[in-house]
Amino acid sequence: MSPRKHDRILLAHGGGGRLSDELIRHHILPKLKNDALAELADSAKLNLSSNQICLTTDSYVVKPLFFNGGDIGKLAVCGTVNDLAVAGARPVALTLSLIIEEGLEFELLERILASVARTAKESSVEIVTGDTKTVEAGAADKIFINTAGIGVRLPGVNLGYKKIVAGDKIIVSGTLADHGLAIISQRKGIEFESQLQSDCAPLAGLTCELLEKTTGIKFMRDPTRGGLAATLNEIARGAELSIEINETEIPVNPTAQAAADILGFDVLAIANEGKVVVVASAESADDCLNICRKHPLGARARIIGHVVTSRDVPTVELITRIGGRRIVQMPYGRELPRIC
Amino acid sequence: MREKILEAQRFMNAACKKLGRRINVMEVCGTHTVAIFRSGIKSVLPERVKLLSGPGCPVCVTDQGYIDAVLQLADRDDCMIATYGDMIRVPGKGGSLETRQSKAAVKVVLSSEDALQLARDNPDKKIIFVAVGFETTTPATAVAVKEAAGQGIDNFYILSGHKLVVPAMRALLSAKNNNIDAFLCPGHVSVITGYGVFREIVEDFNRPCVVAGFEAVQIIEGLAEICSQLAAGKLELKSMYPAVVTEQGNTAAQEIVAECFEPADGYWRGLGKIEKSTLRLKEKYGKFDALRQFSITETPVKEATGCRCGEVLCGLIDPPQCGLFATSCTPDDPVGACMVSTEGACAAWFKYARKEKRER
Repeated sequence: MSPRKHDRILLAHGGGGRLSDELIRHHILPKLKNDALAELADSAKLNLSSNQICLTTDSYVVKPLFFNGGDIGKLAVCGTVNDLAVAGARPVALTLSLIIEEGLEFELLERILASVARTAKESSVEIVTGDTKTVEAGAADKIFINTAGIGVRLPGVNLGYKKIVAGDKIIVSGTLADHGLAIISQRKGIEFESQLQSDCAPLAGLTCELLEKTTGIKFMRDPTRGGLAATLNEIARGAELSIEINETEIPVNPTAQAAADILGFDVLAIANEGKVVVVASAESADDCLNICRKHPLGARARIIGHVVTSRDVPTVELITRIGGRRIVQMPYGRELPRIC
Repeated sequence: MREKILEAQRFMNAACKKLGRRINVMEVCGTHTVAIFRSGIKSVLPERVKLLSGPGCPVCVTDQGYIDAVLQLADRDDCMIATYGDMIRVPGKGGSLETRQSKAAVKVVLSSEDALQLARDNPDKKIIFVAVGFETTTPATAVAVKEAAGQGIDNFYILSGHKLVVPAMRALLSAKNNNIDAFLCPGHVSVITGYGVFREIVEDFNRPCVVAGFEAVQIIEGLAEICSQLAAGKLELKSMYPAVVTEQGNTAAQEIVAECFEPADGYWRGLGKIEKSTLRLKEKYGKFDALRQFSITETPVKEATGCRCGEVLCGLIDPPQCGLFATSCTPDDPVGACMVSTEGACAAWFKYARKEKRER
């Protein structure tokens, strides 16, 4: 690698000329190296094992860029990998687009790229193509990232709302609300005795194992923005069935609960970045739970509720600690901007 | 916990049976309202114990005239508004503070101290602190005013919307059509005022007043105590929150409030004008009083057509009985203040208790 002449990104680094070339060859390629990317072709050519393809894309604008338990680079890989994973696919390749604000320190960019590379390796995916743009100071906030991902659907797997029936169980793979609360407490400068840590993690290993070792999985989703509340409401609406969950079964870290109480948030409506909600048949739920619990990302998995028939419009109902009942609404979504 | 709840349920059932009628208990604290809905407390009470959400949320009881006054200040080029987050979406005559946010004239703060800091950081602006809240938040406003006076900060003003709980309770009970049997009194307010302030309600109106904490079990135990008192015909003042609340309260906080503020007649949304129910800055601190320093007025405003926030706040109807509820008035697009604040009765009902009927 040639020595860096600049400490910060200039507009010219996105101009398509010499500086762009230097940025790509000397700073990006060495971190992400693989055969497909090394060609620097206009498109990456991939050989896939099946024609059952899943494709997804997501943009990442999290603030701050570095937070307890992760950073925007890790998030940009995990988020897209997880969207493929919960669709029943094994992620294969990702694209990486960077929109960089003029003036970003190279040192930050390199830390972010290192994190992208590390997380991609952990997720067994390659970054096969990408793009870099620079914008004037003030036109973006340091760096925005877009990743698109392609995955191959596991053989025989076909998940969907329509498979869900009354009696199916709802499983979550671990504690809720860690990501959103880690971000917001860091942003507000609120420190808690034991620091809150984002759960940001790539889930494909866990989801593939679940799908390969059991047969009763009907649906999966990662409860990101809007948290468990949004995910369960989407499931209820999609399946046209109601859902009952038990407050005492929902795993939440005590620190996260304390933080949510102080900040006035409902843990059910806070984002997660390394959790999966699984809807499984009653017969297979225990097997799913055991697989989760043996996996490092699912040690605190729980069966939190089940699907029920409904005479009214499908709702999600919470049975509270005191045995009371209340509705869990789709959150309005204005509480926490830029958490992913 | 289960045992405590079962025991409380037994007390309440026995009381209902003995009285042979409905028991209406009003809570006058937004935190209680939210806790009640969040824990699904209504679903574990006997059918004949009815909870009414009274004027306990500071945003909900703020008259629209006050919001209009804040908006007048927000529209001035020399002013910057510092407000608690809940207030920015309350609709006034010409929009809400949210609509003024893009002009950077409105800042959301977490405390009166943050507002004072804004004044230090923006010496060329007049910082108006939207000072709302009950006895719990008034001491912090008083501290900020005293600090501004002590440090010679002359671009800090408050528009006082501070209110007192007891005059509102008296007004509710003085209304002919009131149906309130007892009050579940607020734990937070009592920490400051002491539970002794509610004694006049028991003595003058013969209604039980029970102070409770905010855990579901504490609320249920408070309700059981109320039911038992009513059944026994022995109506008392009682604190069920003894670890935190004393009869005298926090006298240091009371003193600093008394030094800065004096009671004044004021307007409440839904309840109208109530004597000596609001707090205004004393003459001594008049230079920090936005109402005195700027030529603005607070004109009481009638509710929007169809909005029944007033009746909700008086415990006369449940939110779904209002024709606007969940149709033209939702948390996303609120008409009345009870839908704006997360602690409002309508917002809590919408969020935690609303079931939609399937169209057939």
